[in-house]
Amino acid sequence: MTDSMTAPAMIRRSAAAQAEALRAGEISAEELTRAHLDRIAAVDGDLNAFLHTSEEEALATARDVDARRAAGEELHPLAGVPVAVKDVVVTKGQPTTAGSKILEGWVPPYDATLVEKLRAAGLPILGKTNMDEFAMGSSTETSAYGPTRNPWDRERIPGGSGGGSAAAVGAYEAPLAIGTDTGGSIRQPGAVTGTVGVKPTYGSVSRYGLIAMASSLDQAGPVTRTVEDSALLHELIAGHDLLDSTSLPDPVGSFAEAARRRDVKGLRIGVIEELEGEGFAPEVRARFTESLDQLERAGAEIVRLSCPHFEYALGAYYLIMPSEASSNLAKFDGMRFGLRVVPEDSPTAESVMKATRGAGFGDEVKRRILLGTYALSAGYYDAYYGSAQKVRTLVQRDFAAAFEQVDVLASPTSPTVAFRLGEKIDDPTAMYMNDIATIPANLAGTPGISLPSGLAEDGLPAGIQFLAPARADERLYQVGGALEALLEDAWGGPLLAKAPELAGGAAR
Amino acid sequence: MTTTAITPVDFDDAIARFDPVLGIEVHVELGTATKMFDGAPNIFAAEPNTAITPTSLGLPGSLPVVNAKAVEYAIRIGLALNCSIAETCRFARKQYFYPDLTKNFQTSQYDEPIAFDGWVDVELEDGEIVRVEIERAHMEEDAGKNTHVGGATGRIHGATHSQVDYNRAGVPLVEIVTKPIPDTKGRAPEVAAAYVRTLRDIFRALDVSEARMERGNVRADVNVSLRKDPSAPLGTRTETKNVNSFRSIERTVRFEISRQAGLLDAGQQIVQETRHFHEDTGGTSSGRPKSDAEDYRYFPEPDLVPVAPSREWIEELRAALPELPAARRRRLKGEWGFSDLEMRDAVNADALDLIEATVGAGASAQSARKWWMGELARIAKDSETELPALAITPAQVAELQGLVDEKKINDKIAKQVLVKVLDGQGDPAAIVDAEGLAVVSDDSVLTGAVDQAIADNPDVVAKIQGGKVQAIGALIGPIMKATRGQADAGRVREIIMEKLGVS
Repeated sequence: MTDSMTAPAMIRRSAAAQAEALRAGEISAEELTRAHLDRIAAVDGDLNAFLHTSEEEALATARDVDARRAAGEELHPLAGVPVAVKDVVVTKGQPTTAGSKILEGWVPPYDATLVEKLRAAGLPILGKTNMDEFAMGSSTETSAYGPTRNPWDRERIPGGSGGGSAAAVGAYEAPLAIGTDTGGSIRQPGAVTGTVGVKPTYGSVSRYGLIAMASSLDQAGPVTRTVEDSALLHELIAGHDLLDSTSLPDPVGSFAEAARRRDVKGLRIGVIEELEGEGFAPEVRARFTESLDQLERAGAEIVRLSCPHFEYALGAYYLIMPSEASSNLAKFDGMRFGLRVVPEDSPTAESVMKATRGAGFGDEVKRRILLGTYALSAGYYDAYYGSAQKVRTLVQRDFAAAFEQVDVLASPTSPTVAFRLGEKIDDPTAMYMNDIATIPANLAGTPGISLPSGLAEDGLPAGIQFLAPARADERLYQVGGALEALLEDAWGGPLLAKAPELAGGAAR
Repeated sequence: MTTTAITPVDFDDAIARFDPVLGIEVHVELGTATKMFDGAPNIFAAEPNTAITPTSLGLPGSLPVVNAKAVEYAIRIGLALNCSIAETCRFARKQYFYPDLTKNFQTSQYDEPIAFDGWVDVELEDGEIVRVEIERAHMEEDAGKNTHVGGATGRIHGATHSQVDYNRAGVPLVEIVTKPIPDTKGRAPEVAAAYVRTLRDIFRALDVSEARMERGNVRADVNVSLRKDPSAPLGTRTETKNVNSFRSIERTVRFEISRQAGLLDAGQQIVQETRHFHEDTGGTSSGRPKSDAEDYRYFPEPDLVPVAPSREWIEELRAALPELPAARRRRLKGEWGFSDLEMRDAVNADALDLIEATVGAGASAQSARKWWMGELARIAKDSETELPALAITPAQVAELQGLVDEKKINDKIAKQVLVKVLDGQGDPAAIVDAEGLAVVSDDSVLTGAVDQAIADNPDVVAKIQGGKVQAIGALIGPIMKATRGQADAGRVREIIMEKLGVS
């Protein structure tokens, strides 16, 4: 290691910069990995971003990368840069719980396809990040293993369901993280923690090995501190997978190149009327408007337009998602894996199933299973699930019509900054409103990115979201990279630099 | 559920007063290399829980992918049953809970089957043809297999625990559903069995399944309902599950008609329910009540994309269909010149392939039929095996008949050789050579035996020379005995007549 930068300082750089330092020999992968593990040891007691850390395995991967680099082997550009993985993604040999008691102690016998790709590229996997149980929630408070806390204010939520991944990246515990986004669970945590989150086009990243909440909506994607880092991670985990028949056959685009282009001249940006008005906090809207001004000054064209069916998207989502979830979660029955509760008086299959689920599932999971079971029942199917699918088609048509006029759409990512722990946990409807801006993209299968737009109420970060047509993820990296550069110029550095130092965190 | 004991009505009496309507659902396991939705091998009788992947175990995170070969087989079945093939079709989830169902839903086809609206002609014992209309043929996956341990009956009631083998979980199935089959009257039991047999033969001809009933490769759910007369609306039906032999299908239909008639006579309602068939009694018993309102909460399988077979592919598959059993039987009957009765016996004995192969190996059709339907059928019956399972090949049968045709051996020796072939002693010609069983027509050997017989039987010789030529038989007997039956009887007679100067 050179004298110019200590390992604790190195972890505050972007993943791309860390990769560059590895290539230049300024630091070894082992040192870099150990520095992140040290950071986790120092601050995660306060944050609870990780459910499990795999120190030995991560260091072994790092040493292997160092040895291969020393041998002159051609390595993946991100080789040696550590990554954290949301606990809904199965990892061979490492516990995977999806934030639920029902999977406590389960060690999967196989890797998700995206995890195989991470391993093949030589990224040390630091551990598994906390999440709302089975990815159900917008605050990471429904985790059976306690909530994660927001690095900006530990009395606040880090967003959900991927609050663990967002907090880990925001608190410099990991430079890169994997999240999953069913209704906004990558983008909304990104917005409230001042990080960058991308929901790729549905099918861009294989779902094989993602514990399904709602199959037709779930999509894995990157959580990082810069747009370029997200692009690099997205390129790594994307691609066709024979094990997922909904995965896209398309070649993976050059997202990182787009993120570095920093050119928005002539780009038409649509502002969705339905997603910037009532319900959006004034300072969140103010940061959004300032961001648009920056883009306009840089040559983009701002177009106001309407997506009239977006107001029904939330309702449709909260029928389709629980319907699919009620079916996907039926396999958790105590028979083959995870928790098994055997009542002493009646050890029948049915009573074991009942007792296991009663003890293993939390309230939000039970609520959604009940909702979904009801919505799929004979006699109610047409009224609920059937109608929701029709709304889904209308939302898709809104997008198609909008993208005839503009290249990308924009809105605030989340209506508010991070709310306080416990503030909405007893009011599911208020909780669900958090995803109002992110859900339409999941219904339509289109990609979305969230990046910091500045500090709003209480000095907490707000996010701006861009949406593109399916398979046009590249445009998101282009506009996101350009805006990020403009804003950092205005702020004099990354927004995260304004976050308070955490107790136990080493000095810069 | 009805528990009251009702006396079943005599079958013929029931038929005289009620009109039965059948409906049959046949499941066939496809003989693909891998399972319906994952790459686990599709094999029979492996060690429990070895033919599995995360997907066939339904592990968290696993996803299904459709087996293209299974789709091809399903389309071929649909075409063979004169069905329309869907331009696009989907899989759906059928939700229910059972420990052998890994995901607690079955991936099946619901409102969009791959094949629909077909028919098949079923030939009855007396040659009459009944056309059965096909509602649909759809693809689905099998569940695992539960073994209930600790009880007396092997059923779940009384068991102390159950073991689950997931090797079968995900095995590809095609389910073929008939429209209601009316107007079968007293032939209903026979029609039901003949229909399933017809399907079984088609599956084998298509080579999409081993179609072995005894292994459960083909399973039938038999629906029976009764109505007052053919103009009345359909009665309430019962569904007897997983009947897996032709005889059991007949007995099921016969029993249900008698039972339901008994209930109706007593003024009771038929309960719509699933029932179990019992091999020992030939009766059925109540399973679980099943109403049309049973809620499987079907919805389109979101992990799979729709299946849209191209029209070109379907036409290729149609053009490549093999000759189907009914057409083949008509052709072979003509080629072989068999009578109706000979043909039906051969079909019923499962001997068509064997006869065809024996003819192919050089035997005449009648001699092939004679062997398989005669001596070999008798041996199979005595040893309680199926004809195709006998340890002899059609080529060996043809070779044996060839030796008879060449007069190398006679019929009696041929039967001895047959037994040795079945014993695994080798091919017929080799056995004949090795054991010196060939007919002896060598004059030097025969002349010695004739001379001996003449010397031993002067009284017989006197009779012959006295004009009673038929007494020659009394000399041939001892000669055959002396040559262990291998003497050429015709030549022996000639030599005797030469020696004694008679003609």
